[in-house]
Formats: sequence, C-alpha cells, structure tokens
Amino acid sequence: MASRLWASRAASYLRISVLHRGFSSVVKDLKYADSHEWVKVKGNSAIVGITDHAQDHLGDVVYVELPEVGAAVTQGGSFGAVESVKATSDINSPVSGKVVEINEELSNSPGLVNASPYENGWIIKVEMSSTDELTSLMDSDQYSKFCEEEDAKH
Amino acid sequence: MRGGGLWQLGQSITRRLAQADKKVVAHRCFATEAELKKTVLYDFHVANGGKMVPFAGWGMPIQYKDSIMDSTLNCRENGSLFDVSHMCGLSLKGKDCVPFLEKLVIADVAGLAHGTGTLTVFTNEKGGAIDDSVITKVKDDHIYLVVNAGCRDKDLAHIEEHMKAFKAKGGDVSWHIHDERSLLALQGPLAAPVLQHLTKEDLSKIYFGEFRMLDINGVHCFITRTGYTGEDGFEISVPSEHAVDLAKAILEKSEGKVRLTGLGARDSLRLEAGLCLYGNDMEQHTTPVEAGLTWAIGKRRRAEGGFLGAEVILKQIEQGPSIRRVGFFSSGPPPRSHSEIQDDKGNNIGEVTSGGFSPCLKKNIAMGYVKSGFHKGGTKVKIVIRGKSYDGAVTKMPFVPTKYYKPS
Repeated sequence: MASRLWASRAASYLRISVLHRGFSSVVKDLKYADSHEWVKVKGNSAIVGITDHAQDHLGDVVYVELPEVGAAVTQGGSFGAVESVKATSDINSPVSGKVVEINEELSNSPGLVNASPYENGWIIKVEMSSTDELTSLMDSDQYSKFCEEEDAKH
Repeated sequence: MRGGGLWQLGQSITRRLAQADKKVVAHRCFATEAELKKTVLYDFHVANGGKMVPFAGWGMPIQYKDSIMDSTLNCRENGSLFDVSHMCGLSLKGKDCVPFLEKLVIADVAGLAHGTGTLTVFTNEKGGAIDDSVITKVKDDHIYLVVNAGCRDKDLAHIEEHMKAFKAKGGDVSWHIHDERSLLALQGPLAAPVLQHLTKEDLSKIYFGEFRMLDINGVHCFITRTGYTGEDGFEISVPSEHAVDLAKAILEKSEGKVRLTGLGARDSLRLEAGLCLYGNDMEQHTTPVEAGLTWAIGKRRRAEGGFLGAEVILKQIEQGPSIRRVGFFSSGPPPRSHSEIQDDKGNNIGEVTSGGFSPCLKKNIAMGYVKSGFHKGGTKVKIVIRGKSYDGAVTKMPFVPTKYYKPS
C-alpha cells in the first residue's frame, strides 16, 4: 500500500519514499487484502474497514465516501474513497456481495478511521456471495510481513 | 485501498515535469533516490523524523512526526520552519539590471524603493506565466530573486537567452546563482520574536516585502519579510555551511514552539492563504490577469507595456479576461486538482486547480478557473468528484486572513 496509498500513481511512479514509522497494529482474527483493507467474517456476513497501517500512512481522514446500502461490491473492486488532508484513496472490497449496512457515523466523524480503524472506524458490512474468496486473503502474520516488505521497498 | 489517489504535490511534480523537455522528463521520472538532489539540511530532516519524498528533483520532507493537520495549525498558532533550499536564489547585477528585468516581468521594478520587493510573474510572448517569483530591488544595480525549484532550468534558460541579447546591445547585466546559499522560511506569529533573539537589527522596522542583509546567529544573511503561508515571517538566505546551525538555533530559541514543517503543511497553508502553486494554479498558458494578479502589474507598466506578452495582457486588462481564478467552499469530499466545475444547471464552467480540506477552517477549500460571469462571490456552483456533483460557492480569497506585517 505504501506506494499506492501514499498518494497517487504519479507519486508512486516517482518512487516516493516513506520512512518506516514503526509497526502498525494488526488484529489476529481478521483477514487482510493487499490493498490494506481488513475483513471480519461471521457466517455470511463480513465487516470491512481499512487497516491501522493504511490509516497511519494516509494521515488525518477528513471524509469517507460510502456506498449506498444495497450496492453490489466485488472482490478487489472499489466501493468508496477515503480522503485525508494529503491524499485521496479508493477503498477496495476484500469480498464480493451486497452492502447491507454502512457506518453512518463516519459522515460526521471521519476521524474514527484513524482513532479506531478496527472497531468504530469500520466502513461497510457485506453479505458475501461466496466465502471461497476468503482463501485469497492474508492472515494477520502474513499481512504484518507484507507491510514490512512494502515499507522496506521505500 | 487503491491508487486512485490524487495527491496534490505528486501531481504538481508530474505536471511541472510535463512542461519540461520530454527527454528530461523520462530521465527524471525514473530517477532513483540516489539521484535526487539533497539540501544541506537533508540529514537534519531525517534525524528529526522527516519523511523524505522526491519533489522537483530534490529529496524533501513532506512531513515530520506531526500530522499535516497539526503542523498547519501550529504554524498559525506558533510558527513553522521550512527548508526551502530547493528553490533557486539568483542575483542580477549591473547598472542595467532593472531595465533588463523589466523586459521579463510585469512588476514596476524601477518604482521599487531600495530594499523592497514584490511578487511578480515572468511572462512569455503570449502573456502566459513562465513562473512566479518574489523579486527584491536591493539597489539600482542589484536585484535578488527566488524562483521555483521545478522551474529553475527553464527560468534560467529564459533569463540567459534574453541576457545574451541584452548584453549584445551593450546592456550591463550579469547574474550570480546562489548555489552557495540555503534558504529557510520562518513563518508564523513567533517568527519575528524568535528571529529577534538571533540578530541585533531591529526587526520591527522591517515590513512585509522588505529585504535586508544582516547578521543572524553571527552569519551574514539575506532576509526578506515574506513567505508562502499568509503569516508574518521571513525567508532567510544563509551560507550553506551555516544552515544547519541556524535551523537549530531558531528551533532552540522558540523553546520547541516553532516546529520543522514539511511540504504537506506548506501546501495546506498556501492554499488557505489563497496563494498560487505554479504548475497547478498557474501555467504557461495562464496570464497574470486570469490568475487574479493584475494588482502585481505596476501602473507604469500598464501604461508603457514593454514586457513579454504585454499586448495580450494589457488587452485583457482593458476587456476583462474570459476566465478567472477564484476560490470555493464546497460540501462532500475535498475537491482536488482537475475536478470539474459546473453551473447550477450542470454546464461546464471550469476546473479546480488546487483543493483540499482546510485544517484551520475544518472545511473544504479549493481554487480554480471559471468563465467570467461566474466569478462573483456567492455564485453557486457544482463540483464534480468521482462522477457525483457536490454543492459549492465562489468565495473570496484568502480563505484564512493573512497576517503580513505592515506599517500601521
């Protein structure tokens, strides 16, 4: 993510370097996408948010663009955007399905994404069309390693 | 999260590069970090937690440990110290340096008092902006100016070409590029009290836009009471071997209140102050009149012309430009460069050139160009972001009141 999130295609093209700021937290039972979203699965339902690592790189989140309830999302496809003071980043869905709930608190308090990325800063709840997709996601250890490697590149 | 991201500074880098020679672009885009130029403060930035990014061919701090939000607020509450050594300081010397420069810029240079300066624009034959620059008339035979890092090569080539022609006709002008110096910008309400600790000169006698050569921290410096934040402050040109010591002394004298501040907050600050970022808000095809800088065209210059593109520019002043730079407040996500602007019926009327969330006002601010007629304060507009349109209104700039130190 660092490269991609750190802004724009332009910026990553220019190989923006970011000093590693220390280890961001991960949560054990979540699954992670390489585009830095997490998903918490309960049966067919999945709650989606962005990771601590992602919010840390983005900085102060000032706006979260949410989808409508009922919208279809696909794994790897963009469903919304997070705006920070410095950057705009699309949010990709780690799973396919239908949006059944959105975190409406984010409209008034987008900073929840920074303050509580894994709890109060959740973004959408999805009714998954296939749980098979979960196998392509990373567990917390793999994701931690992935972040370290990505940061090391910069 | 995917990189649909539009990070303004990143954008401005690419856009600036896009204006340069294509071969140079290809070369620079693939430049590795090792090839990036470093200011003498580079290691100091890294030691202070600076996140270094490529900017106009230089490795510069985008931010330090504070968030961009906190850094922006701290500049307005206390103060900021920026390393702006990537910018190019230049002296023009010789008894004809004033008439020479007047051929290239819109300012009334001859009318400037000794030791005073102004924001100006270098224009091309079509009246478009080659760069913006703060110029100072040190004396009749010495002009000091600072140009944008991203424009350095083309500016110097432009000046050199005209200088050759000018000298061939017997004009007395020469230049010195101040690569032996570094440039620090000290901005915010604590700028003057902190700097006063480091010099015997009475800073209360130096007003906005004025220039002095004086000793700071025991070293011969050039200071200009100016900046790019809307706050009171100074740009200090210091011999490079003393730059780190001066930065340390400034931070120390402020007792930690003045903080190192990176390009990220610098961009928020200048946007709040309604100041143009060349490459975003002003480009080769933009005239100073369209950019809202008609005030910078001296009265005598309007009467006499005599600068590149004067015919186009003077005609625009007379007839009014077809597009104008204005400010906006808007709802929804922060507008970014290239967001479309529509009238309330959905017709295209222009484009955003810079935008973001204002840390001080806690709302979205933007600037851009609209067709004349839609430029009046309060005009309702729509700003299109990722296919959705959001309400906005034309607003006077600066968004945050400026606090320049002027004689009362």
